[in-house]
Amino acid sequence: MGLRRMVYVIIKELSPSADEVIIVTSSLMKDMTSKTDMYRANAIRVLCRITDGTLLTQIERYLKQAIVDKNPVVASAALVSGIHLLQTNPEIVKRWSNEVQEAVQSRAALVQFHALALLHQIRQNDRLAVNKLVSSLTRGSVRSPLAQCLLIRYTSQVIRESTNDTQTGDRPFYDFLEGCLRHKAEMVIFEAARAITELSGVTSRELTPAITVLQLFLSSSKPVLRFAAVRTLNKVAMSHPTAVTNCNIDMESLISDQNRSIATLAITTLLKTGNESSVDRLMKQITNFMSDIADEFKIVVVDAIRSLCLKFPLKHRSLMNFLSNILREEGGFEYKKAIVDSIVILIRDIPEAKESGLLHLCEFIEDCEFTYLSTQILHFLGIEGPKTSDPSKYIRYIYNRVHLENATVRAGAVSTLAKFGAMVDGLKPRIFVLLRRCLFDNDDEVRDRATLYLSTLGGDGAVVETDDGVKEFLFGSLDVPLVNLENSLKNYDPSEKAFDINSVPKDVKTQPLAEKKATSKRPTGLGAPPPGPPSTVDAYEKLLSSIPEFASFGKLFKSSAPVELTEAETEYAVNVVKHIFDGHVVFQYNCSNTIPEQLLENVTVIVDASEAEEFAEVVSKPLRQLPYDSPGQTFVAFEKPEGVSAVGKFSNMLRFIVKEVDPSTGEAEDDGVEDEYQLEDLELVAADYMLKVGVSNFRNAWESMGVDFEHVDEYGLGPRDSLAEAVNAVINLLGMQPCEGTEVVPPNSRSHTCLLSGVYIGNVKVLVRLQFGLDGPKDVAMKLAVRSEEETVSDAIHEIVASG
Amino acid sequence: ELCPTIKNILLLDSEGKRIAVKYYSDDWPTNAAKEAFEKAVFTKTQKTNARTEAEITMFDNYIVVYKFVQDLHFFVTGGENENEIILATVLQGFFDAVGLLLRGTEDKKEALENLDLILLCLDEIVDGGIILETDANVIAGKVDSHSMDAGAPLSEQVSLLLFHSSDYPLAKSIATILTYLGLQQTITQALATAREHLTRSLLK
Repeated sequence: MGLRRMVYVIIKELSPSADEVIIVTSSLMKDMTSKTDMYRANAIRVLCRITDGTLLTQIERYLKQAIVDKNPVVASAALVSGIHLLQTNPEIVKRWSNEVQEAVQSRAALVQFHALALLHQIRQNDRLAVNKLVSSLTRGSVRSPLAQCLLIRYTSQVIRESTNDTQTGDRPFYDFLEGCLRHKAEMVIFEAARAITELSGVTSRELTPAITVLQLFLSSSKPVLRFAAVRTLNKVAMSHPTAVTNCNIDMESLISDQNRSIATLAITTLLKTGNESSVDRLMKQITNFMSDIADEFKIVVVDAIRSLCLKFPLKHRSLMNFLSNILREEGGFEYKKAIVDSIVILIRDIPEAKESGLLHLCEFIEDCEFTYLSTQILHFLGIEGPKTSDPSKYIRYIYNRVHLENATVRAGAVSTLAKFGAMVDGLKPRIFVLLRRCLFDNDDEVRDRATLYLSTLGGDGAVVETDDGVKEFLFGSLDVPLVNLENSLKNYDPSEKAFDINSVPKDVKTQPLAEKKATSKRPTGLGAPPPGPPSTVDAYEKLLSSIPEFASFGKLFKSSAPVELTEAETEYAVNVVKHIFDGHVVFQYNCSNTIPEQLLENVTVIVDASEAEEFAEVVSKPLRQLPYDSPGQTFVAFEKPEGVSAVGKFSNMLRFIVKEVDPSTGEAEDDGVEDEYQLEDLELVAADYMLKVGVSNFRNAWESMGVDFEHVDEYGLGPRDSLAEAVNAVINLLGMQPCEGTEVVPPNSRSHTCLLSGVYIGNVKVLVRLQFGLDGPKDVAMKLAVRSEEETVSDAIHEIVASG
Repeated sequence: ELCPTIKNILLLDSEGKRIAVKYYSDDWPTNAAKEAFEKAVFTKTQKTNARTEAEITMFDNYIVVYKFVQDLHFFVTGGENENEIILATVLQGFFDAVGLLLRGTEDKKEALENLDLILLCLDEIVDGGIILETDANVIAGKVDSHSMDAGAPLSEQVSLLLFHSSDYPLAKSIATILTYLGLQQTITQALATAREHLTRSLLK
């Protein structure tokens, strides 16, 4: 009998197709109706693994019977097989809905679990059906912890999809989730707690019971529970650090946990929730801890420390000391690189930390075993060193590198010395002396560089200002992308004509800015913050600054989300991103050609700005080629009065030359025809000048902003659909970030206060307090209090509301 | 999909070599990838003490729960967003069921001698990544009622299978697998035994 079972296992491993093993199939089919339950169950599982569509229809009758069989093993076997078969033969499995529905009511614990899983998968595209399923089960009886966990997950899904429609009131099913926190099975309690923490826009009030339960797990004797809890709290700490502070004491005791994953998560959570006064104490504990853990954990901790320092810039001294201490200890390349990167970021963002940071880096390169890091640091010193109050003190460190290191580092040091000489005229004499000594170096590159700098810096060692042209030549950035330069050089034939760097094309085929996956594959997954909006801003900044025509616009303030200018399924799909600068706006049109038989060339957008009087078009950058299925960008830039948040409407027309393409060869004809394609209008509104930036503690921020530039006024919003609708309308109009969950209006309230924060163009922090009240059955009155760092901005906010 | 999914269950020895493993996901398409994963997970957990309580770790975006007894190392792997406690429950079910099946002698030698029981046990816990059963008593019960005598001659059914299959490579594969299952016969021996049975049955 056991052998038969083994044969089943073998057959599943081999997975032959149904026609290969006919004898087996017929034997199995006989087993499927056997009196012995175990045979039935396992025969079903094997058959379903090797079956194809035709065989499946033959055995369908037996499978449907099996689903509602008295024996739970048989029923589960059929249900689980159904789940697998749904991938390959969905239409057939869907016919079993009634039987599966019946199985959901089964008293056997796991049968209900399997039936629930299958039913949900069958119905998952029907939102209403899922809703009904969840509603009935949350009120009914669920017989196994696994089924309860499934139900919690489905409930979360329903909640997610319903808040997309309405924003009113208490979440549906929240009470069910909260009730699950008191279930007897730990897996259910945890699943519910996690589900609550992952609700979108969850408020502190909603979080509290979940966090209480997780806090209890932190002190469990079971590592699995401690790990699960600390990992979840770590995620919560990213968005609601104040909610997690109650757990700080339990977390601190986890720092010495035997399980290093738990310990690291505890530390990084504390680093996120700690306040300024606890920083010193935390640093002491972490110092002991660092020697115990592996490099990959250390990198996570270093990242968290960097974020902490940026949050509390006043603590830079002790944090910087900490970083430089660990830099001196043993560690691998990635680890040291992470520390160096962090120090560099701190130097850039915290001016007071610059001098000590640079000194720490200098001390590090005296002993650094990694050439890459030494050269990077030398390069960085060359940029930042000359700007400090006393650049000469770095010279010794740099010059020592010329004596003591390998050729690559020596060459880097020579360049850095030269930079100091170029930027700081007073140092020129000393630099010249040092550079002359480098002329006797063993290595070609080092001697070449020394010679170059000595001859171009000029003045022959006197204290003389370096010519700007020379500075640009020596230290300016290469305007052309390296890849293109390399290609051009390869194609250059040595001849009478010299190589002309201007002939190198400046365009890089810009990849469409793909959305980053929320969890990218990284060697450590511990507590690393997901890449959020800032990274797309960086991508846009890079893109725009690589275009010379926009280089003079200054710093990019804000890029909007893409706005579609075409409907779905049209021949050409275009969306626009609005980039806001101080005195300019740039519209980036992302274009896509969905017609394989066409190649578009010289694609531009003709913008009619007659309804946007304050704007004047300055530059239009065409897209040279737009082949099928290869998106590209074209840009149009407008000048606007500086400091004014001008608004307007722009109508857009896509203009291009279209060439026929033979899809089989991919070649285009030589002649094209000019054509136009109307796009939808785009609007520039006041909210475009506002960056959504939240604050974690609104009250503190409000108090510290002060009343100097406060502007308070009252407005009647007239009859509205509901209080919630009015609140939403104003939030969208201003484009600011709601804080502390105040965008959610409880049902049946007659009044509501909403707190908003943001950063206005010109980098002005703005805080807004809105008080809404229902005046009569439908009329809504609003009191708007604005506090900001500048009077004009406070007034501007009121203007927006008044005219909106 | 929202259903809790198991990615693999591993039973390794105290040097990290395979005793019985089952993979339920395409994350490790080649045998080399599987062995690399087993090596990595073994090395990472080697120095920890997972004998009283189940331990847990995370690497490569997978969560691994594990428990050791004598020279047996049990591992259950899930995706990084899986409920850790569900994984631990599966681990406990497997761990305890093996304990019951090996009748208290939980070491590598006993496990290898009862490899068929362990493979059946794995088969009863997870099907294609979906959890079938977590209660150790139920699992052991399903396996034990069909326990097999190692070294028993191949039965008629299997020999028929091997011979009536028009696919010789298939028959050969089946025999190879049977060998792996610890019946301690070479392929030739297995086929010879099968032929012998067939002859005997024809002569009856």
